[in-house]
Amino acid sequence: MRRGASPFNIVSVALGLAFLYLPITVLVIYSFNASRLVTVWGGWSLAWYRELLNDAALLQAAWISLRVAAFSATAATILGTLAAVALVRLGPFRSRLLFSGMVYAPLVMPEVITGLSLLLLFVALNVDRGFWTITIAHTTLTMCFVTVIVQSRLIGFDRSLEEAAMDLGCPPLKTFLTITLPLIAPAIAAGWMLAFTLSLDDLVIATFTTGPGATTLPIRIYSEVRLGVKPEINAVCTIMIAVVAAGTIVASLITKGGAASGRRSAPRFEAVSAGIAASSVIGISPESPVRPPCRPPVPARCRSGVR
Amino acid sequence: MQENLQKRDWGGRAVLLLPYLWLVVFFLTPFIIVLKISLSQTAMAQPPYLPVFDLSAGWAGLKEFAAQLSLDSFQLLFTDLIYLLSYLKSAQVAAISTIILLLIGYPFAYGIARAPRGWQPLLVMAVVLPFWTSFLIRVYAWINILQRDGLLNDVLMRLYIVDTPVSWLSSDTAIYIGMVYSYLPFMVLPLYAALEQMDETLLEAAADLGCSRWKTFWLVVVPLSLPGAAAGALLCFIPIVGEFVIPDLLGGSETLMIGQTLWNEFFANRDWPVASAIAVTLLALLLVPMLFYERLQQRSLGGGS
Repeated sequence: MRRGASPFNIVSVALGLAFLYLPITVLVIYSFNASRLVTVWGGWSLAWYRELLNDAALLQAAWISLRVAAFSATAATILGTLAAVALVRLGPFRSRLLFSGMVYAPLVMPEVITGLSLLLLFVALNVDRGFWTITIAHTTLTMCFVTVIVQSRLIGFDRSLEEAAMDLGCPPLKTFLTITLPLIAPAIAAGWMLAFTLSLDDLVIATFTTGPGATTLPIRIYSEVRLGVKPEINAVCTIMIAVVAAGTIVASLITKGGAASGRRSAPRFEAVSAGIAASSVIGISPESPVRPPCRPPVPARCRSGVR
Repeated sequence: MQENLQKRDWGGRAVLLLPYLWLVVFFLTPFIIVLKISLSQTAMAQPPYLPVFDLSAGWAGLKEFAAQLSLDSFQLLFTDLIYLLSYLKSAQVAAISTIILLLIGYPFAYGIARAPRGWQPLLVMAVVLPFWTSFLIRVYAWINILQRDGLLNDVLMRLYIVDTPVSWLSSDTAIYIGMVYSYLPFMVLPLYAALEQMDETLLEAAADLGCSRWKTFWLVVVPLSLPGAAAGALLCFIPIVGEFVIPDLLGGSETLMIGQTLWNEFFANRDWPVASAIAVTLLALLLVPMLFYERLQQRSLGGGS
């Protein structure tokens, strides 16, 4: 691209960012409003946050959501990484089309369909619905996001490193653990974070697959929101935004540090097309549009092993 | 080396097995069940549909089961106008939202791609950050603004643009605002990726050969960014068709989108066969854009292997 932004470019970016951030800013500011009405400014106050602490049902829901998110993100990261490795490293195999179809479909599948079908499965299997059914549903939903992120990283890096290790007698599993895994670690971390946030965020699939006693935070918020705006909900949302923003910034700092030694990926269509974000957290850095070959140091364990 | 490859193949199978099994059990099987229930009939029972598949009855049971399947639910979908209108409404909302998203997203992405190099990661991050905050929260944020005694009416009345509060909520306008707001990152990121990777020398060549800026944009930039635009459009269009939360919280109750209709059939009417039939039909309709998106994805990944 030719450098040099025209006034039109600057204005469109500024307007776009304003559009993205204005509503969230309004929400955050009004969570500190002493008045119950949105249009009346009653001065700064933490009243709604205090009220939250007394809302046992809400706190309970938040705790359930956090646990569901942690469990499902971990399972999704393991499954999603394996799927990514299978898709990139295995040659053509029978039913590859079916497999890749199943991996990518949840990315764009309407949530109502995924939720309904999983619920009907749980009914058919006659399992008690609740915490674990939501966790399983979220794992299924989020593993494909992990796959796409890890996959783009796997495709991006230099195969010859693995081949070198194997030529020097490093067994495949060891090669994977000592060469491949450290290289794709930032993508795996980003995948986990994305899976975690997606799970924390999901309303539709959770509503379908939940059971008695397993009300997640979004389900709780949703039932409150349907009745209108409540300052307490603004306060909950502000806390969630703060947590996510802090997490994203920390993650980007960590992965920036990690990426500095390895390759910095150019913005890649496929990573982005998962929605995502995560890729940019890993470090979209347009300074190097021509991808430099990656030369991270070969881990010492493998090196000494072959000599 | 040959031996190594074979070993890897073995390891490969093992790597494949776990995610494959998971997806078959929790992704493929559920769809087969949905398909089956869509062919069943509503019943006052638990579960609320007939026939119930009973393996213990053996082959005879299977035959009896197959005989009881019916297309009633699908027939209802095509005869009752409610469902047809829902599908049309969803298609309309998705199409118009996608067009608005393209119109807003393109200049936005183009602006980011032309920003100084050092700024670009920051700007991309700024577009991405809202994506990480909860979907529900972002929709809720708009209720704060659009409700009758909300911020928008307040501002408009102070500026004397309107005298009485306008009811923005429960309208199609609110739905479009919510859709565009929620899906903007999905449109901007693929567009930006396409625009950013564009070869600068092509633009110089066009300029050297006497092409005006405007003409260069239409003849060089736009065609080269088409894959990004297509990805963005599909990435927005497909989920918007099945969207539930946004129309439910921001929209009115006159014409429901298909996601809401499915939800109502399932939760309010407890008509599982019809809900399943809606899901099956919706999936069949979305299959075309989904396959298109998948091919785009595969091409950009270079087939993966």
